[in-house]
Amino acid sequence: MTATTPGSQAELVPPGADILRCEHIAKNYGAVTALTDVNLRLARGEVLGLIGDNGAGKSTLLKILCGFQQPTSGRIFLEGREIVLKSVDHARSLGIDAVYQDLALVNQLTVFQNMFLNREKIRWPLVRNQAMRKEAREHLDEMGVQIPSVNAPVAMLSGGQRQAIAVARSVFSNPKILLLDEPLAAMGVKEGALILDLIARLKREGNVSIIIIAHNYAQVLEVCDRVNMIQGGRITLDKRTEETSAEELTELVVAEYREALRERQRSA
Amino acid sequence: MSETVHRTIGETGVPQRGQPGAGGGLGGALTRALRVLGRQREATVFVIAVALFLYFLIAKGSDFTSKSNQVTLWSDDVAPYAIIALGEVFLLICGEIDLSVGFVVGFAPFLMHYLTDFYGFPGLLAILFALLLGVAVGWVNGFFTVTVGVPSFITTLGTGFILLGLINTTSHDQPAAVPADVLGIGKWISNYAWAPIVWAVALTAVFHVVLTRTRWGLHTVSVGGNLLGAREAGINVGRIKYGNFMITGLLGALVGLQQMYYTDNIAPTAGSYQWMFYAVTAAVIGGTAMLGGVGTILGAFFGAVVLGILLDGFPLIGVNADPLNIIFGAAILVAMVANVQLTRLRERGQR
Repeated sequence: MTATTPGSQAELVPPGADILRCEHIAKNYGAVTALTDVNLRLARGEVLGLIGDNGAGKSTLLKILCGFQQPTSGRIFLEGREIVLKSVDHARSLGIDAVYQDLALVNQLTVFQNMFLNREKIRWPLVRNQAMRKEAREHLDEMGVQIPSVNAPVAMLSGGQRQAIAVARSVFSNPKILLLDEPLAAMGVKEGALILDLIARLKREGNVSIIIIAHNYAQVLEVCDRVNMIQGGRITLDKRTEETSAEELTELVVAEYREALRERQRSA
Repeated sequence: MSETVHRTIGETGVPQRGQPGAGGGLGGALTRALRVLGRQREATVFVIAVALFLYFLIAKGSDFTSKSNQVTLWSDDVAPYAIIALGEVFLLICGEIDLSVGFVVGFAPFLMHYLTDFYGFPGLLAILFALLLGVAVGWVNGFFTVTVGVPSFITTLGTGFILLGLINTTSHDQPAAVPADVLGIGKWISNYAWAPIVWAVALTAVFHVVLTRTRWGLHTVSVGGNLLGAREAGINVGRIKYGNFMITGLLGALVGLQQMYYTDNIAPTAGSYQWMFYAVTAAVIGGTAMLGGVGTILGAFFGAVVLGILLDGFPLIGVNADPLNIIFGAAILVAMVANVQLTRLRERGQR
């Protein structure tokens, strides 16, 4: 592991303000260990950046936090109460929602159908298309997301628009915690700015606490209050954004890489 | 509603077309008509069905339009495939296929015959069990495909063979008469000559609404369009697939009973791959893709109509069944090529 000095957590945010806390989360896939021992906290209204190299365990952690996968061991606390997330639906019902890296959009469905995917408004047995169209349009306008039409199939939208739809969808149900997996991946500067604006807007409104997974540090630091670095399945750095820089974070990853290289040379 | 929405519609030019005079003249009208056809897969097949109908109407006149021929056309050559195609469309959309359904068609009447004639079940109950057989076969298909993880092509190949073996073993390869007990009930299912096509049209309407206007339909599209995404959205993917297998089995059993009444006979040869092949052909001609996520119920119905008119009409003009298969094969290929091309055209038009 790299020699880092995680700042004492107590001095960053007063205790009790945490909306989410993870203790000793581990996850094995058979013999493969994805997470060894993750301790993480998220304060109310905070935007936390979770960064690390590919394969460090970022996405695994996110999938555990949103109920898509269950941890091998460890405990999760939501607003001080311990929770065991059984499924995505369960997590959602507790106010935790995620935007996955693959966005979970169905190309064959329209924008409004995607926005209401698996939470359709129904007047049994039919879905209420008019009501959903109207609400989707209002919601997207409110969030400043510009798309050609809520009736357009999402396959026709650009990467940035698709990402915006996915983010807008997940804040639809007023989650307490929003998890974003690589929201800027494979996105142009202009489109990335669109998403960062969206996140900044959510942060200003202050109703939601956000964890953003990223490996483009420079962009993400713009909107984050605090940064955690995850390396080899554990958190190796925890700093407020203003106390660190993209250079420092990059240096940490490079140091890790050099260490691994040295190790391999030694064993060779 | 909002300015932004309307403005951006104009910018990318998505739905805001079709104003008269936009293209101007005949060329413009033609382009617009092509666009409509391109956008509505069902419309293309509908036009082909109408054209074929008119062709045989002109070529054979009263031979084609006679009541007995029209009954054969609609109730025997269209309805069974149209009904089975409803299930296959749902399965194809969610990324699966059922090859075994044709043997449910064959086995359901036999089960009903065994229950009434050998075990003394009342007719209505025996019919209910025959329908439940279809649901049970669907569940087994779902179990091996979803829970065990065998591709549905293989699962249903296996269950199909098992059903075929069951039909032949239990019937000793002998046909049976329709039990007297169930003749009365048959009126509701098939005694009336037009009953099968009435069932087919009614079920098509219901399934069209289910596919386009209910959660079940939207989730079926989601599962086929983006399996991981559907799972991440919290959709119970397994339930959708199980359900669609069971619906397909139920429809197969219904067609089996209809065929029994229609032919007034329970024959071991009624179970065959042909039901499934024609149903899938109807679905594909109608614009359903094998890759999942894409398909229409109305298209499959018109696909079955095209198929039925060819089945009925070609013998009338002296073409026998052998070259007919060449035409079917060509029609499938043409339909698939047209689908791919029209999709490209559509995308170009919208970008």
